[in-house]
Amino acid sequence: MRIGLAALSPARRTTLMRSDAVQRLLAFAALIAIILIFSLLSPNFLQFDNVVGILIATAVNGILALGVTFVIISGSIDLSIGTVMTLSSVMTAVFITEWHAPVPVGILAGVSTGALAGIVNGTLVAKLKIPSFIATLGMLNVAKGLALVVSGLKPIYFNDTPDFNRAAMGSVIGGVIPGLDIPNVVLVLFGCALVASLILTTTVLGRFTFALGSNEEAARLSGVNVVGWKIAVFTLAGIFSGIAGVLIGARLNSAQPSLGQGYELDAIAAAVIGGTSLSGGEGSILGTVIGAFIISTLTNGLRILSVPQEWQTVVTGGIVILAVYLDIVRRRQQQ
Amino acid sequence: MSSRSMRVFVALGAAMALLVGACGGQPATTGGASASTSAKLFIPMISKGFQHQFWQAVRQGAEKAAAQYNVTITFEGPENESQVDKQIEMLQAAINKKPNALCFAALDSKAAIPLLQKLKDQNIPVIGFDSGVDSDIPVATAATDNIAAAAAAADKMASLIGMSGDVAIVAHDQTSRTGIDRVKGFTDQIKSKYPNIKIVSTQYGGGDQLKSTDITKAILQANPNLKGVFGANEGSAIGVLNGVKESGKSGKVVVIGYDSGQQQMDAIRSGEEAGAITQDPIGIGFKSVEAAWKVLNKQSVPKNIDTGFHWYDKTNIDAPDIAALLYK
Repeated sequence: MRIGLAALSPARRTTLMRSDAVQRLLAFAALIAIILIFSLLSPNFLQFDNVVGILIATAVNGILALGVTFVIISGSIDLSIGTVMTLSSVMTAVFITEWHAPVPVGILAGVSTGALAGIVNGTLVAKLKIPSFIATLGMLNVAKGLALVVSGLKPIYFNDTPDFNRAAMGSVIGGVIPGLDIPNVVLVLFGCALVASLILTTTVLGRFTFALGSNEEAARLSGVNVVGWKIAVFTLAGIFSGIAGVLIGARLNSAQPSLGQGYELDAIAAAVIGGTSLSGGEGSILGTVIGAFIISTLTNGLRILSVPQEWQTVVTGGIVILAVYLDIVRRRQQQ
Repeated sequence: MSSRSMRVFVALGAAMALLVGACGGQPATTGGASASTSAKLFIPMISKGFQHQFWQAVRQGAEKAAAQYNVTITFEGPENESQVDKQIEMLQAAINKKPNALCFAALDSKAAIPLLQKLKDQNIPVIGFDSGVDSDIPVATAATDNIAAAAAAADKMASLIGMSGDVAIVAHDQTSRTGIDRVKGFTDQIKSKYPNIKIVSTQYGGGDQLKSTDITKAILQANPNLKGVFGANEGSAIGVLNGVKESGKSGKVVVIGYDSGQQQMDAIRSGEEAGAITQDPIGIGFKSVEAAWKVLNKQSVPKNIDTGFHWYDKTNIDAPDIAALLYK
């Protein structure tokens, strides 16, 4: 039975790859177009500092989007990634600042918190059969509340451990090549993207992520442990939320317990713009990364042009609708 | 299968019931105390938030007054300043508990008028606090004059940048009273008194530290000659500080903030931030409960209780009168 699915899946995946590739190409072309337009409109846009600024601004949302991409491809949704990120950053802060744990232990605590939340999400969805929309909506609130409870409603600062901020905002590349001061958070983003891409395209977990999203029943009938792999997918998303939590803590030099809600929507938007289908079974990490860059580049450009806030929101929303519409048109043409 | 999901539902239902019980339990006992006409007066406070440091300081002041005047208070508020509907629900719930008086900081005064009218009809005095309530119903309002405070920030900005150049504002939002008043106070003062200073950009980050950081970086990128940035609340100011720091412009751009909190205080001590306007959040909480008590005891209170604001910087941050107003 297992062999049956494995035999079926490469053929299926090659066609998927091809249709994905079109959307990725479209998204990439859109990103280039956005960059060109802003470069023409403002001389301050295409400068080294600003490009680095965009890279940094993409890190948190991009990493959240990586995790949610897996969940969406598997045919579920995870609304809790934003507040789980917050809870993770608070846990990191509690370990480092209040319990004086070494920085690496604190980072591990943050990432583990994310993983734990993911395991709970996965169990609720796969074992208790609660629809993922509802289960993760519940987790959104649980994590938000716990972040406030654990932090005592106060931001926790990393003032005693300047290394923590430096690890994220310092530049290893700048140390090797003077002048090329790209902060380490950007490396973390690309490192995570690379790992996510490898998991999705070369491992069993990746193959079953697609299998769950394309046809869960068929996967079950061919002997796939649906419950186990679903939990694994949510756990992976939780781990990425945990990493994002550590990064946001490092960048703000503090764990801010009251932010986080709404971040999940930007992450989902990044995945969708990048060609991940909300009905499951389709998507790619490269697409999601491009999607995240489209959002951050657009936001940055509109801010540089001092476009009023209310219009910035309208434009970003419009882009998401346009991206999904293009995706639907493309699909229809293929059929 | 179905019996299993049934069990899950029963378990969920039980959990919900517990939660509701837990949530409803505490206020119910306080309400009971007031209903049983025991000596202790019951004064619920509905604020504009609870999880920000500022509101915790207001609450602290209110609790101090409650202890001093021997009254029972509750303190609650929605999670952010756009949740007008949640605040109205809280107000309704508070009225249902039959309070002796009620302190209220409206997110949207007009939305609350029907409920406030109900309070008036029942002869329950309403005290406004922070941004207050824009109507005749409150018998008194304890608040900061945000327009005057932001104008004072503009004066400081002008003198710190040498009376000319470009500045920008990063504010929390453009619909709440404090957001509107602070942007207006700062902008009007610059426009009317300092013709050589130009506000090149006013943007809003929702008080979210990360968003405000990226906004500040974009503004600095678009305006390389920028001389100063005004962060109009605590979250905005922290974002401005981060953004200036990440752009490598610490010390080159004058940062002026609002309210306090550990991060701003550290930045002011180190010189990264020139200074900030502090309100008196503890005083706001204290004076609103005090006013409620006075009204209930037939003492006179002024219609507008100005709780004041102060400029603080490196030189006076540790002075006793300022230090008492700052929260960490």
